[in-house]
Amino acid sequence: MKNTISERIFDFLKNYPPFNLISNATLIEVSQNVEIQYFEKDQIIFSQNDNPHEHFYIIYQGSVRLYRFVENEKHILDICDEGDLFGLRPLIMKENYVMGASANEETILYGIPIALFHDIILNYPKVSQFLIASFATNTREPFSEKHKGKLFANVSAIQKIEHGFSEIQSANYNKNPITCSPDTTVQTACIIMTKNIINSIIVTENDIPIGIITDKDIKTKIGTGLYKITNKVSDIMNSPVVTFHQNISVAEAQIKLLKHKVSHLCITKDGTNKSEIVGILTQQDLILTQGNSPSLLIKEIKNAKDTETLKHIRTKASGLTKGYLEQEIPIYFVTKVISEINTAITKKAIRLSISEIGKEPPVKFSWLALGSQGRKEQLLMTDQDNALVFENVAPAQYNSVKNYFLQLSEKVTEKLNIVGFEYCPANIMASNPKWCISLEEWEQQFEEWITDPIPEKILLSIIFFDFELIYGDDSLYNKMAKSVFKTIEKNQIFLSFLGKVTLDNPPPLGFFKQFLVEDNGENKDSFDIKSRAIRPLVDGARILSLHHNLRVNNTIARYEKLMEMEPQNSDLFESCANAFKILLQFRTSQGLTNNDNGKFVDINSLNKADRLKLKSCFKPIKNVQEAIKLRFKTSQIPQI
Amino acid sequence: MIRFFKKKQYPKFWEDHIYKVQNSQKYANFEDIRFVAIDTETTGFDYENDRILCIGAVAIKNNKILVSDSFEIYIKQDVFNKETVKIHGIRKDGDEAKLSEEEAIIKFIDYLDDAVIVAHHTAFDVNMINQALNRLKVGPLESKLLDTNYIHKKIAKTDTYKKIFSLEELCEIYNVKMHDRHTALGDALIAAYLFLKQTAKYKKNNALNLFDLINTNYHLLK
Repeated sequence: MKNTISERIFDFLKNYPPFNLISNATLIEVSQNVEIQYFEKDQIIFSQNDNPHEHFYIIYQGSVRLYRFVENEKHILDICDEGDLFGLRPLIMKENYVMGASANEETILYGIPIALFHDIILNYPKVSQFLIASFATNTREPFSEKHKGKLFANVSAIQKIEHGFSEIQSANYNKNPITCSPDTTVQTACIIMTKNIINSIIVTENDIPIGIITDKDIKTKIGTGLYKITNKVSDIMNSPVVTFHQNISVAEAQIKLLKHKVSHLCITKDGTNKSEIVGILTQQDLILTQGNSPSLLIKEIKNAKDTETLKHIRTKASGLTKGYLEQEIPIYFVTKVISEINTAITKKAIRLSISEIGKEPPVKFSWLALGSQGRKEQLLMTDQDNALVFENVAPAQYNSVKNYFLQLSEKVTEKLNIVGFEYCPANIMASNPKWCISLEEWEQQFEEWITDPIPEKILLSIIFFDFELIYGDDSLYNKMAKSVFKTIEKNQIFLSFLGKVTLDNPPPLGFFKQFLVEDNGENKDSFDIKSRAIRPLVDGARILSLHHNLRVNNTIARYEKLMEMEPQNSDLFESCANAFKILLQFRTSQGLTNNDNGKFVDINSLNKADRLKLKSCFKPIKNVQEAIKLRFKTSQIPQI
Repeated sequence: MIRFFKKKQYPKFWEDHIYKVQNSQKYANFEDIRFVAIDTETTGFDYENDRILCIGAVAIKNNKILVSDSFEIYIKQDVFNKETVKIHGIRKDGDEAKLSEEEAIIKFIDYLDDAVIVAHHTAFDVNMINQALNRLKVGPLESKLLDTNYIHKKIAKTDTYKKIFSLEELCEIYNVKMHDRHTALGDALIAAYLFLKQTAKYKKNNALNLFDLINTNYHLLK
């Protein structure tokens, strides 16, 4: 039955997440059950501690203030505008509202029945993923386990995507299949196959595939004298053909080929052998698709003979990253794969350099990655940050040993530069004599940083505290790490200084219309995602890990470890880890899209979903910064 | 001939309508009242000769517009006026599912239940409906009636005695976006928005109750 109002509501909702993720039929049902409400400026929609409503809300016109009273003081938590969702709490758990909402201006809301949405959550994993992210704006610890469990009885549906990778890639197939008619002679067909360098030909009648001839048939049926080359192809073709529809994944193709014991699949318009042929997929195509898999790339790196090959492989790895992100493979997995590839490339660059020098290293050494590579969070091609530590040697030997390693580092950094890791502008590289030193010297250097924490030095040294062994001797690396922790333990004031620096970058408040809103009310139209959102989380994880003597570098792993160390704060740390995953994924897709390092985000280019996603990450940042402020008493540190 | 002296027998839908309105328990408490914002599209403005093409209605309860409780129905035409097609866009043989006038009116009365009618220039829509009821040998509507035009005059408090406000003017005053103008349900929704905004304003100075609201409606008072 026609209904002008619900059609109009449908048109509005379909522009906004999560409504853009559900089918038209379901969205029509939602639209038919909306309640429209009007609020005058400053009128209360619901108060903190009110019983949950039967609806959650999307703003149709106007804007809404979310606030919370803490010790009788009113704090504005957020201002939502057109298309924003709020009042999601009843959707998550049967608890009273933890914050109040009032109209910031004249406002019209669409109330969406919660009862209707429970089914939608079950049936649309993407909707539940979106709601997890946006619930963050309405709760202090959005990502904690206890919320998740209650909201999503079907967590398995959300996590399903975590398994497998190349298997769910769509398979590439030849979209221009070569065909012939049934009354073609075998000889003509063979001439066509030879000319086109193909190992099969599809026999069609009005574009419908009725059979296929492969090299094997020529061998078994013609070569053996069973048929003559003057026979028609219809005499020797395999019929019927095995078919599949156009959206075929690698896994599906594999299963189909195995099940029917064939080497070729005909791709048809509707997937049956009664419809038009649109392509052909061979066993060979599958092998090529999987050729982009991480294990194959690493094998290629091992066999690489020169830097150019490494560069080529690293380019392929970028393609892999892009593919993973498109398929929404969890970012933690993606970072692991890409880090492995980067590590393998660096190792290979070192080996190639050693053989170029033609002389094995005089003493033991470790090649260390620093910064984001040291934390295994590097997804895009960024600057190289590295260092080298060699065994303590007698003063007489020192110069010659150091010269060897400087020469080696020079070659390695040059190769990495060719591969695409640009030279570090601050010259934090093993080729710098300052960062190619003995264990003893490193220990002294760390001690100096830790015991005499002056601001300029802290900013410089932060990057060194995320060092990771890439190549060489692990006992040197272990000794170095041990001494760093020992020194920090004796000089806890260092952490307060580190904390102070960490707090220099508070997160923004959120987005309002086309702007990023700062804590002080200032508006901006671009957003430095690296220093304003990613770095504070990285810094927070680092300082807390140093505090607990945790020998992990990866930010996600650090937060996970911190959850174990401080169960009372596990909600906080989990929300940080999740926010970090979202941000890293966001930065990487932005970087891949714009072909840059993804540092700056143009707010105008963001759609509503992106804005909500980003906004959901700001709160955990604020919370972890609060925790650091209190724990390390940073207010007692003089202004930097 | 005995039948002639018997109390007149009405069809069931009409008996029900009168009973429901006369016995409603909801009118005392504003939050309980079901208001129904209505609009009709007609072939013209002549009560005698013109006919209803379409009725749109949406319910309002406790300051909420309930989309799930809305009504939109198209009526088969014998009378056809080329001129008004330009306004409402409903052609004689358009592709909307259409009912006979009798079916449509019975469905509408049934949907109406004990609701209080809200419209813009209510007298026109109600008169058109009453004419249709008359053709079914029943009517007029028993429902209580409100008019956004008269509620506004009460709120505005300026010397607007003679002024008749158009729907466009009220939308301007109350900042209501006009979508789907000249579709019955679209205009009904606009009337519903106006009503929500008006009652919100009205409430500031008065306790909100139905009888005060009805008293704004001196024009429609019987």
